[in-house]
Amino acid sequence: MLDGRSQIKRKLPPRLILSAGWLILLGAAAMLAPWIAPKDPLAQDLFLGQLPPAWVQGHEPGYLLGTDSLGRDVLSRILYGTRLALTVALLAGSITCIIGATLGLLAGFLRGWVDIMISRAIDIWMAFPPVLFSILLIAVLGPGLTSIIIAIVVIDWTRFARVIRAEAMTQGAMDYVASAQVAGRTRLSTMFTEILPNVLPTITVLLTLEMGIAIIVEAILSFVNLSISTDDPTWGGMIAEGRTSIHQAWWVLVFPLITLFLTVLSFSQLGEGLKDRFDPVLR
Amino acid sequence: MSYLTIRNLSANLKGRPDRILRNVSLQVAAGEVRGLVGESGAGKSMIGKAILGTLPLSIEITGGEIILDGTDLLKLPPAQRRTRIGQFCALIPQDPLTALNPSRRIGPQITNRLVDILRWTRADAEKRARELLAEVHIPDPERVMRSYPHELSGGMRQRILIASAFAAEPKLIVADEPTTALDVTVQKQILKLIAEMQARHGTALLFVTHDLGVVSKVCQSLSVLYGGLVLEDSRMTDFFHAPKHPYSRALLAATPKYTDPDGSLTPVPDAVVAATRAEVEAADRSAHV
Amino acid sequence: MSESYAPNLYQIDNLRLSLADMTKKPLVGAAPRLEILKGLSFTIPKGEILGIVGGSGSGKSTLGRALVRLLEPSGGSIKFDGKDITHLPETDLHPLRRRFQMIFQDPMSSLNPRHRVGAIIAAPLSLHGLSNPRQRALEALDHVGLPRGFATRYPHELSGGQRQRIGIARAIALKPDFILADEIVSGLDVSSQAQVLNLLETLVKDLGLTLAFISHDLSVIRRLCTRILVLHRGEIVENAATPALFANPQASYTRDLLDAIPLPDPKQVWA
Ligand SMILES: Nc1ncnc2c1ncn2[C@@H]1O[C@H](COP(=O)(O)OP(=O)(O)OP(=O)(O)O)[C@@H](O)[C@H]1O
Ligand SMILES: Nc1ncnc2c1ncn2[C@@H]1O[C@H](COP(=O)(O)OP(=O)(O)OP(=O)(O)O)[C@@H](O)[C@H]1O
Ligand SMILES: [Mg+2]
Ligand SMILES: [Mg+2]
Repeated sequence: MLDGRSQIKRKLPPRLILSAGWLILLGAAAMLAPWIAPKDPLAQDLFLGQLPPAWVQGHEPGYLLGTDSLGRDVLSRILYGTRLALTVALLAGSITCIIGATLGLLAGFLRGWVDIMISRAIDIWMAFPPVLFSILLIAVLGPGLTSIIIAIVVIDWTRFARVIRAEAMTQGAMDYVASAQVAGRTRLSTMFTEILPNVLPTITVLLTLEMGIAIIVEAILSFVNLSISTDDPTWGGMIAEGRTSIHQAWWVLVFPLITLFLTVLSFSQLGEGLKDRFDPVLR
Repeated sequence: MSYLTIRNLSANLKGRPDRILRNVSLQVAAGEVRGLVGESGAGKSMIGKAILGTLPLSIEITGGEIILDGTDLLKLPPAQRRTRIGQFCALIPQDPLTALNPSRRIGPQITNRLVDILRWTRADAEKRARELLAEVHIPDPERVMRSYPHELSGGMRQRILIASAFAAEPKLIVADEPTTALDVTVQKQILKLIAEMQARHGTALLFVTHDLGVVSKVCQSLSVLYGGLVLEDSRMTDFFHAPKHPYSRALLAATPKYTDPDGSLTPVPDAVVAATRAEVEAADRSAHV
Repeated sequence: MSESYAPNLYQIDNLRLSLADMTKKPLVGAAPRLEILKGLSFTIPKGEILGIVGGSGSGKSTLGRALVRLLEPSGGSIKFDGKDITHLPETDLHPLRRRFQMIFQDPMSSLNPRHRVGAIIAAPLSLHGLSNPRQRALEALDHVGLPRGFATRYPHELSGGQRQRIGIARAIALKPDFILADEIVSGLDVSSQAQVLNLLETLVKDLGLTLAFISHDLSVIRRLCTRILVLHRGEIVENAATPALFANPQASYTRDLLDAIPLPDPKQVWA
């Protein structure tokens, strides 16, 4: 005999469809960039500089979103830029999440000296101004993908640790934790089987948010020219270049900016959407 | 004219045929206490949640009216409905621990309602909260205001919710098994307090309970619910003298009394349950024709 | 199941328990201690049903938590089946854990909101290596009068009384030697109440279960329990056999309790 109540189908929330749709599209674009990009993103052609997008007077066929001042195809550059953006988002986001959430969970649930040490570390960490800190780090580590990821992880793990610690502490006071102890579950096993499922919704939301933040941080670093080598196209780098020619060629600035905005928005909506759809307690 | 009138209220599990409430009708006049009794899972809490607009997302109201002071709540736009409920109604929930925020101290949890909804000053609200805690016989209100929910006993948590329900002087209180964690001496004091506050403010009270002893002390009228269907709606004294429905009669007979040491614990007889269940099904059939 | 010959399952001597009073914690240094249990001594013989009554906040749940060693006493001793468990560390307690269980006062908070009911009941069974945990979980649902279909629901999809019975099912499924039942029938209608109490009684008679039953409902206590312990502000004010206590209550607090019971009769004088 099966009771169907818990299996009531929840509709996919529209924001989940839209955000996941955009991110899947972006992921596909990143992977397929060499095949779908209409031009070589690095190919310069000074005769084709500052061509407008395809629906504006004076465009050239084949350059859908126009070209920048060096005659490089904007669409192709955005597509290639996606690769770096998503790599940073996924790697930096998940590493930050794993480190921060684990420390937060340990501190909040085990309490005692573990908590004292982790909380102290968080407090000290938060005393540093984050942007200065990251610029300093990159300056020391030298530019490059690994440096960006390390910088993001080092700065942002506290965000996870703080929130998850508080949440784990609240959950730890619930009687179901005492119940697990009476049933003979060990502390560590309780942390994973009882507490983790209850902080997972928060972790999901924070993780997707962090992925968005990672993209912004990467863009900022590229903007101030501290990201990877300047040749490879990055959204932040494109925005920086586009800013200088905003009056002659707005499209060089606007298209990467829109892509960036949609992506960050999608990441933040993805977390909420996943929670709406999959968290049993919201039903 | 009743303060609260529920007419033919029906609720379903969303997108499924499972019925939770079946044409429920009941009234609570200002200054009246109406008892709501019935087996576990009969839908008592659902009625309370429907009134306060806090039904779970998976349950939807399929018909009927909930008329509060002359206005049908179900016809109001959601925002307006929420402010009206926030101003005039309060709930004493069945689960004290889950109703309190585990990571906040008790004090602000009581005062916030007063400050946010009734625009009291914080100092006034705190003074009132302390008075209320003392009135529900909580020893050392100062300490309790600064405690977290898990540092209190079950009965203390329950009394805190009773106190915060009364804090804003609402016109209607839905009390969902409000005294289950209280010992009989405190229960007695609290029931008296409820009666007193009610007399003072003319509050209408919908009182969900399993304890017919309590019903006989505080209620003026009574509804018996089974499977989401109202079986009986009586004045309190009539109910205890001559229950109308066979199920009510069995319920009364099965209630244990401490004065009767040998009274064995007898459930409501199977035959009565079967007959009542058949009645619920018959009601469903006639509703579909 | 147990091989020892101690006639008492529990022997409690001068049990004291204090908790940190965080509300009075100074900025630096330790919080003052709040004395909750002030030297309790009593025994629970095997096969007995001990009723524990007392005012709200008198320390009943705290006593319960000490008996199943969720809390560590600050003084005195607790012997379980002849073995001193007062300060036993968690690793040494583990083999004993299956033998004493607690059913918590607040049903919602004692059930993990993100686990399904079936998993909640089955988890302790598989932790202790019992065979067929799923099947046993379903049988436990039968015992407490809930349909098996509830196994796939989440706790918040149940009514208050249904949740309370999930907690009961979880404890009895383990077939422990001792159950501490903290206010487990207050949220049940008389029918479900009778069913649960009859079930517990059968377990006591047939399987030799020992039961400590915290309740405010003296009608139920009188019907079910062989002995009654009256607790008042962390102290035992009366410890008597049930008939004696009802016939001739010694402590004034006990008499107050009896006077305050509401009978299902509008004519009762209840002032
Ligand atoms: N979120 C939910 N989803 C599906 N079914 C639910 C949900 N919440 C409650 N139910 C079911 O609705 C019915 C009515 O529940 P309700 O909480 O109103 O019972 P009740 O009369 O208050 O019982 P009790 O006295 O045990 O609290 C129950 O059978 C319950 O299992
Ligand atoms: N974690 C804690 N920290 C501080 N004080 C606590 C803590 N837990 C309980 N107390 C205090 O211990 C006292 C006894 O609580 P306990 O829960 O044992 O009472 P109880 O007899 O079960 O009451 P009830 O019948 O209301 O459930 C209360 O005054 C309570 O405030
Ligand atoms: Mg209920
Ligand atoms: Mg208690």
